[in-house]
Amino acid sequence: MSLAYDLTQVSMPEDITPEMLTRIDEICAAHRGKPGALIPVLQKCQEVVGYLPVPVQERIADKLGVPGHEVYGVTTFYSFFSMEPRGRHVIRVCMGTACYVRGGKEVLERLERHLNTPVDTTTEDRRFTLEQVRCLGACGVAPVVVVDQDTHRKVMADKIVDLVENYE
Amino acid sequence: MSQISINDLAEIQQRSQQAQALRHGQTGVGTQRMHLLICGGTGCQAAGSIAVMNALRAEIAKQGLEEEIAVVETGCNGFCALGPVMVTYPEGIFYVNLEETDVAELVESHCKNGEPVERLLYKDPGTKKRIPHMRDIPFFALQRLIALKNRSMLDAESIDEYIGQGGYQGMAKALKEMSPEQIVAEVKKSGLRGRGGAGFPTGLKWEFCQKAAGDTKFVLCNADEGDPGAFMDRSILEADPHAVVEGMVIAAKAIGSHHGYVYCRAEYPLAVHRLQLAIDQAKEYGLLGEDILGTGFSFDLQIYQGAGAFVCGEETALMRSIEGKRGMPRPRPPFPAQAGLWNKPTILNNVETWANIPQIISNGGDWYAAIGTEGSKGTKVFALTGHINNIGLVEVPMGTPLRTIIYEIGEGIPKKHRKFKAVQLGGPSGGCIPEEHLDTICDYEAIVKAGAIMGSGGMIVMDDSTCMVDMARFFMDFVQDESCGKCTPCREGTRRMLQILEKITEGKGVPEDIDTLEELAEMIQQASLCGLGQTGPNPVLSTLRYFRDEYMAHVVDKKCPARSCVALLEFKVDVDKCKMCGLCFKNCPVDAISWKKKEPAVIDLDKCIKCKTCIENCKYDAIY
Repeated sequence: MSLAYDLTQVSMPEDITPEMLTRIDEICAAHRGKPGALIPVLQKCQEVVGYLPVPVQERIADKLGVPGHEVYGVTTFYSFFSMEPRGRHVIRVCMGTACYVRGGKEVLERLERHLNTPVDTTTEDRRFTLEQVRCLGACGVAPVVVVDQDTHRKVMADKIVDLVENYE
Repeated sequence: MSQISINDLAEIQQRSQQAQALRHGQTGVGTQRMHLLICGGTGCQAAGSIAVMNALRAEIAKQGLEEEIAVVETGCNGFCALGPVMVTYPEGIFYVNLEETDVAELVESHCKNGEPVERLLYKDPGTKKRIPHMRDIPFFALQRLIALKNRSMLDAESIDEYIGQGGYQGMAKALKEMSPEQIVAEVKKSGLRGRGGAGFPTGLKWEFCQKAAGDTKFVLCNADEGDPGAFMDRSILEADPHAVVEGMVIAAKAIGSHHGYVYCRAEYPLAVHRLQLAIDQAKEYGLLGEDILGTGFSFDLQIYQGAGAFVCGEETALMRSIEGKRGMPRPRPPFPAQAGLWNKPTILNNVETWANIPQIISNGGDWYAAIGTEGSKGTKVFALTGHINNIGLVEVPMGTPLRTIIYEIGEGIPKKHRKFKAVQLGGPSGGCIPEEHLDTICDYEAIVKAGAIMGSGGMIVMDDSTCMVDMARFFMDFVQDESCGKCTPCREGTRRMLQILEKITEGKGVPEDIDTLEELAEMIQQASLCGLGQTGPNPVLSTLRYFRDEYMAHVVDKKCPARSCVALLEFKVDVDKCKMCGLCFKNCPVDAISWKKKEPAVIDLDKCIKCKTCIENCKYDAIY
């Protein structure tokens, strides 16, 4: 069975509303035919839906008029695109060199243990997605943890549990 | 405001220069008597600088001082570790670690009574003395600013302030008075080399592109600062985005391009915001777009946001990414100067390189070439981080010894019981330089000779609690993860190297593993398609060169001398070394340590989760 055949069997996930699909169609219509549009379109669509499951990718491919494999190829290449639904809060632990040598690894290990979920996954209750990132450029205040839009500086392992518990 | 002319530019400059006179120590110009410049860079914002700034404005309004005192939000100051930081003018007093609760006292004492608030001044980590003036703080005093010229000097969101500091004069000169050949000649004369890592002569690159045939050409800025531990490009974009815009217009004239992109990584939201604002303002003034300054030259610029892939810092991969594809490199030649973005002649420089260009054109190539060494001209910005007292951005003339940067500007290692071990330069493509080579100077060739590379300027200082094998594993993990997968040596080779390094740090290594590592490293270097693979084994090779003993300790004695690799630790207390201070006991998160006064601590291995908190807190290396 080819992958393409397999993918057509997947139906649109229930959490994706008709309004979201309309928005996706609008975004695609605005970029159709423009060179280099795929990445900005995927960025905008992920903002709308929160993630990019295969049915959404197929819709984008269809509306942009590009092959589905190209959309899949780009989605899976870049780390900012996610094919899985994400948690209400996204915790990003910086694993740049400066954060690493100043205790970032210990912070990540503590979080994995506390949330009972390995890095790059989402907790079962979809409260948190735990990710590591490659340097946020805030090395002066290492180790750094970003929860949603909030940058927390000098977060040592013994402080991290209290910090994330503030996010419901 | 509609499109401005050269005369308008001069007028704005004069007006804005007067408004900023205080910041150059000139008093009595205009109605204001004090400027408070508070840092609004990423690091300081994370520390709450915006709340402090708002509180300051509110307090100043409450006291009725708005007419006399201006509060300005600047871009990144570079001294991020002590944020929020603020500089007051005309005195040039430097405040650190500000909080909202300090504001009332600051306004009362400093602004109204002219008495600096002693407790908020910078404290020298060595002498423990407070130093009021920014110019006297060793961290700043030994720097020479070109690319970071405007840090802490202006409102990064105001084009007028940039113009007031002489901004857009280089561009005006290039567009009005210089031929494309003259621009290239000036840049060549300056000796400027690419600040992104490889150090290719910038003028030469421009010349290739200038001579390439074709009507459509592109000017690109690489703001995909992926090297972990480097943040100068973020800082420049946040503090001085117009300098990058100006540099790019000058290059556009030199090669005959009318369209450019700034490829900025998505991890830098504030940098993207400030740059977009700068582009919009420049367009409004007609400093970007059609018929710039009435010279008939047109150039349009837009931001392209990356989506998280380190390999996109490689030039051909970056161009692929702008084309909307997977960011995978392609073989060169053809070089981008002949066939780059959309197969058109293209020049790509990184943020720091661009920020040097306006001043090179304004002041002349000879001025720039007078700074530095024979082969490396001008200045270089380093991001000094890790186990160092003064963490931040440092711009020094080429030729400055690493020792000066680490011990005079950085003021050494913070923990008294720790010793300097190595400094890492060049990130995943670079290497570690140990104590005995610290007199190496900042110079592209000298640093390569010492076993590292200049790279984009990440400079991570490591004390003796850092395990060099683990460091090599860290970088190999990075390279392996970020390998795009196109060529086999990089895709498979880095994975094998990582597996071996993991085996060693887990205590399962054998001496032959080290030979295999060296063999693989050589193969990957020679056979990989792009710079990522070709340089990826460098961190392993450089640590093997200087710290082979440490590798041997892991594979033969099954010990980690830095006591960092968990699998090689027993979590026992050496009673001879234990000073019975109880710090391990107090800090253990799972109460696995028992301790009484005047008795050595005991670790209950059934409860211990091996988090190493005790080891980090022990000042006597008594836990092994």
